[in-house]
Amino acid sequence: MDFERNEEQRQIHQMVRDFAREQILPLASGIDATDEFPGELIRKMGELGIMGLPIPEEYGGVGADFVSYISALEEISYASASVGVILAVHTSVGTFPILYFGTEEQKQRFIPKLASGEYLGAFALTEANAGSDAASLQTQAVRDKDTYILNGSKVFITNGTEADVYCVFAKTNLERGNRGITAFLVERDTPGFRVGKKQEKMGLHGSATSELWFEDARVPLANRLGEEGQGFSIAMRLLDGGRVGIAAQALGIAKAALDAAANYVRVRKQFGQELMQFQGVQFMLADMATKVEAAHWLVYHAASLRGQGKPCTKEASMAKVFATDTAMHVATDAVQLHGGYGYTKEFAVERFMRDAKVTQIYEGTNQIQRIVIARHLDS
Amino acid sequence: MDFLLDREHEQIRQLVRDFANNEVAPGAAQRDEEEHFDEAVFKKMAELGLTGIPWPEEYGGAGMDYLAYVIAVEELSRVCASTGVALSAHTSLAGWPIFKFGTEEQKQKYLTPMAEGRWIGAYGLTEPGSGSDAAGMRTTAVRDGDDYILNGSKVFITNGGAAQVYVVFAMTNPEQKTRGISAFILEQGMPGFSIGKKEKKMGIRASTTVELVFEDCRVPAANRLGDEGFGFKIAMMTLDGGRNGIAAQALGIAQGAFELARDYAKERKQFGQSIAGQQAIQFKLADMATKIEAARLLTYQAAWLESTGHPYGQASAMSKVFASDTAMQVTTEAVQVFGGYGYIRDYPVERMMRDAKITQIYEGTNEIQRMVIARYVLND
Repeated sequence: MDFERNEEQRQIHQMVRDFAREQILPLASGIDATDEFPGELIRKMGELGIMGLPIPEEYGGVGADFVSYISALEEISYASASVGVILAVHTSVGTFPILYFGTEEQKQRFIPKLASGEYLGAFALTEANAGSDAASLQTQAVRDKDTYILNGSKVFITNGTEADVYCVFAKTNLERGNRGITAFLVERDTPGFRVGKKQEKMGLHGSATSELWFEDARVPLANRLGEEGQGFSIAMRLLDGGRVGIAAQALGIAKAALDAAANYVRVRKQFGQELMQFQGVQFMLADMATKVEAAHWLVYHAASLRGQGKPCTKEASMAKVFATDTAMHVATDAVQLHGGYGYTKEFAVERFMRDAKVTQIYEGTNQIQRIVIARHLDS
Repeated sequence: MDFLLDREHEQIRQLVRDFANNEVAPGAAQRDEEEHFDEAVFKKMAELGLTGIPWPEEYGGAGMDYLAYVIAVEELSRVCASTGVALSAHTSLAGWPIFKFGTEEQKQKYLTPMAEGRWIGAYGLTEPGSGSDAAGMRTTAVRDGDDYILNGSKVFITNGGAAQVYVVFAMTNPEQKTRGISAFILEQGMPGFSIGKKEKKMGIRASTTVELVFEDCRVPAANRLGDEGFGFKIAMMTLDGGRNGIAAQALGIAQGAFELARDYAKERKQFGQSIAGQQAIQFKLADMATKIEAARLLTYQAAWLESTGHPYGQASAMSKVFASDTAMQVTTEAVQVFGGYGYIRDYPVERMMRDAKITQIYEGTNEIQRMVIARYVLND
């Protein structure tokens, strides 16, 4: 066992941490207030290699390991959970599927652009009536010679209004349930494909969540990802890594909320002393810090397994449930420790609390995660 | 980063697990029922080399690290928390301060027979009027020529009566409060040292818990551990590491209860299906397993920090709080999963729930741990 980062992991962590604290943190409340996609920031992240951190160098990435990628997501989410999710979706479910399942031609065509940040990636599985239950997808893809014709719509698509390439799931065979699902790489300028309007959310402002519409959208056969009917297994293969990514995002939010609360109680005075002198306050902070520490090790344990190519379904779900529940708990208590000020936009903690909420919901609700964990209790 | 156990640690886990299943588990219910500390179990641990895991071979130890030790306590506690705490008190509370602060002579004389398991160790800090607040200690030690004369009493002493070696704290200078405390190594049978009342407890009933009484007890100055006035520091540093031993005990209790609940849920049929088919039970089991996994990582990390020479005070306070709260919650839920049977002594989960409770209290209550953690967080 070794709980320390190796030299490369340390360097990447430091680089991303410095960038996040210097370049992202000052912009975070503005991104939240305007709900505008931080395009300039994403461009800078592309220049630094952050948009292609875990992508092999031969495809224009940095070639960092999965643990380094996860620590980047954590540090960026510490500064801004919105930027964190933009990066997580772009990488974990926007780029990895092409890397894992794409043909060499598809990899050459898309990955260097994604890794450099020239292209932004997105992932479109969820529909109005198919969230956790992917088998009930209604978007259809019908083969017509060298193209597929897609019809249907998707909702809650992160990076939706901004992405250049979307990993889209549609049914090619309505009778086969999960086995009738196929994945496609849909490019933004595809005829018949339309990006809907931005969806207004409680938190994660600026992450450009939107609907997608397919009206006889013609997608070339060359853009089918994997085989017909392989879509569901592609989606499932991405889940473990994606869940660890969201767990890291939640961990970043939780650490930011803990630090904000610790700083505030050191200076805020009531009854003639700093709040930190009150045992009731100390105990809240102790519990917050302990849960954050526990979440930290669950996240890096799962990331390490994932990075070594070992099975990690249970560990990824555990990290996701625990880190996201911790983020919600810690952010809520951070608001509480700020009192009335915590409820105002003057302090970041109210944003942390809004941002934390979705981490319990997306990338498989925490209820779904518990079902997954329960299925793996013998291992 | 690498969270996989290396071969040495896997081996000790397997060794202790087999031993625990074959030699410790079978008598656990009866020992609990009879409040019987079984020295034969301790001797068997000694034969396996478990009584001095982290001490160097020159002192009769196994020369392994704290992670190996923590894994052993976890595996023993998985089937019998009383056996787990006996080893934990022996190693972390009695062995550790002698190893860290003892003179060469003291180590040869006391640590070696303890590491070899010929002698059992105990730790006497708590008094009726001073638990978490050590400065309120009343036991005194007055220098008289080459001896100290101890008067006073200690309570809740794990392994007391069975132990031959006791690390005891007493005031050598009451005016200096915590800076007036000194540590001593006492032997069973020293004149004026007697064992008082044996406590009847809710749980860990197969570990012995007694009162120690000192009536003009003469202890040679050669048995003073560290300098005069250094006792409080020794006590606190000992507890820092000891906490992680308790975290390991709690982790083992939780793991044992979880496994029983999981297996029972698969067997038990109601409404025509096993109760494991009910989502309410699945979610309970998922939460239990997740917390145990988190507790394990916290506990192993604290042990790793100590083994590799890093500061571990904050980490062991966190592991202690989290693992013990997890043990209480998991054992309570395990009783719930067993339903009415869980409340019956025929099944081990009710014992595990009683055993879990103490882990939130001793070795620094969880409230004290939270004060410790808050200090670290706020001074960061």
